[in-house]
Amino acid sequence: MDVLFLSRLQFAVTVGFHFIFPPLSIGLAWLLVVLEWRGWRGNNQLYQQLGRFFGRILALTFVVGVATGIVMEFQFGTNWASYSRFVGDVFGAPLAAEAVIAFFLESTFLGLYLFGRNRVSRGVHWFSILMVAVGSTLSAFWIIVANSWQQTPDGFIVQNGRAELASFAAAVFNASTFERFFHVMVSTLIAGGFLMMGISAYRLLKNKQEQTSAKSLKLGLVVSFVFSVLALYPTGHSSAIQVAETQPEKFATMEGLIDTETKAGLTLFGIPSSEPLALKAPIRIPGMLSWLAFGDSEAPVQGMSDLQQQGWETPPFGLVFTSFHIMIILGMFFILLTLVGVIMLWRGSVYQQNWFLRLLVWLIPLPMIAIQFGWLVAEVGRQPWVVYRLLKTAAAYSHNLVVGEVLFSLVMFSLIYLLLGALFIYLLVREIKRGPQPIQIKEA
Amino acid sequence: MDLNLVWFLLIGVLLVGYALLDGFDLGVGVLHLFTRSEKHKRVNLNAVGPVWDGNEVWLLTGGGALFAAFPPVYAAVFSGFYLAFMVLLLALIARAVSMEFRHQINSPAWQKVWDWSFGLGSLVPALLFGVALGNVMRGLPVDASGNLYVSFLSLLNPYSLLMGLLSLTAFTMHGGAWLSLKSDGEQQQFAQRWANGSWMAFLVIFFVVLLLTIFTNQALLSGLMSNALAWLFLVLLIAGIILFPLSLRIKPLQALLASGAQIAGVMGLIAVGLFPNIVPSSLDPDWSLTAYNASSTPLTLKTMLIIALIGVPIMLVYTIWIYHIFKGKTVVEEEGY
Repeated sequence: MDVLFLSRLQFAVTVGFHFIFPPLSIGLAWLLVVLEWRGWRGNNQLYQQLGRFFGRILALTFVVGVATGIVMEFQFGTNWASYSRFVGDVFGAPLAAEAVIAFFLESTFLGLYLFGRNRVSRGVHWFSILMVAVGSTLSAFWIIVANSWQQTPDGFIVQNGRAELASFAAAVFNASTFERFFHVMVSTLIAGGFLMMGISAYRLLKNKQEQTSAKSLKLGLVVSFVFSVLALYPTGHSSAIQVAETQPEKFATMEGLIDTETKAGLTLFGIPSSEPLALKAPIRIPGMLSWLAFGDSEAPVQGMSDLQQQGWETPPFGLVFTSFHIMIILGMFFILLTLVGVIMLWRGSVYQQNWFLRLLVWLIPLPMIAIQFGWLVAEVGRQPWVVYRLLKTAAAYSHNLVVGEVLFSLVMFSLIYLLLGALFIYLLVREIKRGPQPIQIKEA
Repeated sequence: MDLNLVWFLLIGVLLVGYALLDGFDLGVGVLHLFTRSEKHKRVNLNAVGPVWDGNEVWLLTGGGALFAAFPPVYAAVFSGFYLAFMVLLLALIARAVSMEFRHQINSPAWQKVWDWSFGLGSLVPALLFGVALGNVMRGLPVDASGNLYVSFLSLLNPYSLLMGLLSLTAFTMHGGAWLSLKSDGEQQQFAQRWANGSWMAFLVIFFVVLLLTIFTNQALLSGLMSNALAWLFLVLLIAGIILFPLSLRIKPLQALLASGAQIAGVMGLIAVGLFPNIVPSSLDPDWSLTAYNASSTPLTLKTMLIIALIGVPIMLVYTIWIYHIFKGKTVVEEEGY
């Protein structure tokens, strides 16, 4: 165990745990924009009840996201000082923009949304949740800008021992920013949609007469279906193309391609092995990968062993390959599941299908799992680099730390996050059991 | 005025903004430790409820801006103060969730846990803020390559601990002033008593720190007399010190501004005293990290200045608007904390 290993582990633990919450918050915030709009414009009591109910759930999700997010912003400096010195001139700017433009907006308006219901007009109150949704989306944008720059760096020159900004626009709108932003945004709505329909399904199983939950089930289901499709096409597809074009090591590893091939096959199944590099028992569709990646089934796709011979290290095969395929399988499953749901919804029978409702309750965590695996592909797939082909992870850590310090913080965060996770689930379940409450009419 | 100076000032503004805004809700958290009745506790929580999250963003923005404008400083200080930052993060996490978790379950034992979490989660950052500042003021063992090797225990030297007590008393005074503005009756008197006591403690500690600085760290004071900005901060500080006790019991808002003036005055003086150093090196003055040798490129500083010039005014407008919406005495509602 050395400082580098512990710092990597700590980053993985803290970002992995943190990254459960922002997607849920962003997805829920946009769904609440819809619920609150219908409650306000339609003067509909049921939607107003739903707004309050899911608003409480948003508050819970948001606060854990905020609490664990501070850790992320400080950790670049605490554990990755060499990285911070090297990239600060380029990477710091989007991070600062995120704080100035997005964090203030979402945090300030969340206060108004949660505490201001009886203090401002309904229109202003709706505007506050809209600003929370916009702010959290902008926040996602800027953090993905920063991360995309690590994946496909652009708009800089290396001099004076660091990456110096040459063009802010080129750095922000680097090769992978938009593909990755859209793909992540779409996934947040799947996460929010699954949460909403799972909760509503639970409420309906308890009480079929609960009209509010029938409405939120419908919204959650339709949104989940639409965005599950969008996650595959166009956003997932374009993300994969983008990786194929810009990060051949990651692409070859996630697709399990050993040798460079023309008519490269799309791997549906296989057992990865690193020593020696091989994919056992593969099931592949010939030419499909070439066609998907480059629009031509004859196009050559670079394989891992050839890239290694050219001097490029490839990322851990088993982890990246498996994570990628779990994400894909889950994504396909989301489409199938929500399609079945939408068909039953269209026939009007979904509310009676107890097996389906029960399934929805248990499947609430699945999009979060898919998101985690997607993130693993993105981040582990970039290894051994922390900034692709520019700075190695092994050179990026804080050299002035000692093992004991990082071990202490790693254990501390792990314990705190276990506790936070347990409390979050406990309070969430409690809130769900309580359900939407009738609104007491107060005349001001 | 060059870009490096502008960014030195801007980060100063962000940190002062943090101290003024999160300062009062950290102070309310400290007072929460001494609040007995459930009714008053809920007023404490709801007095900061709508605004604490936005206030804390000032710290995040300060950190982000430091990363972007002065990466070597961000890297050296954050890694050098490793354990202190970990303790700070632990406190901020505990504090953030305590308010939301507390109101979820109506049980005295549950609430007690989160009362402590909120109180200590406020006290620790209030203390560490000054400790960090004190260590920077004394100078830190920054080596030739800009690395900082320093143990956690050596950060807790008497001078820096005194600075920690200074920020703790300053924030408690500020929190008392905020609570005095937001509450009434018995609780308002409680807040005013604490604000007044903290103000006296703040004054005593301030003079002790000043004397220590005069005798041990004159470099920090050498440029002050000839600097117009320093005189401005001094006037601000003195005005705050005088006005605070005069207005505490009659004009709560003025008292809040006066406590803010004291905080801003002290921080302003420290910033002027440090400039152009951001982290003075105690090993060799040539190794100090300054606004000039530890900055990002002019292009980055310029780009970020544009972002700040667009973003900050908009942020200020809606922040002021939302403070305006929640003005007046705190009303504890069913939907609140």
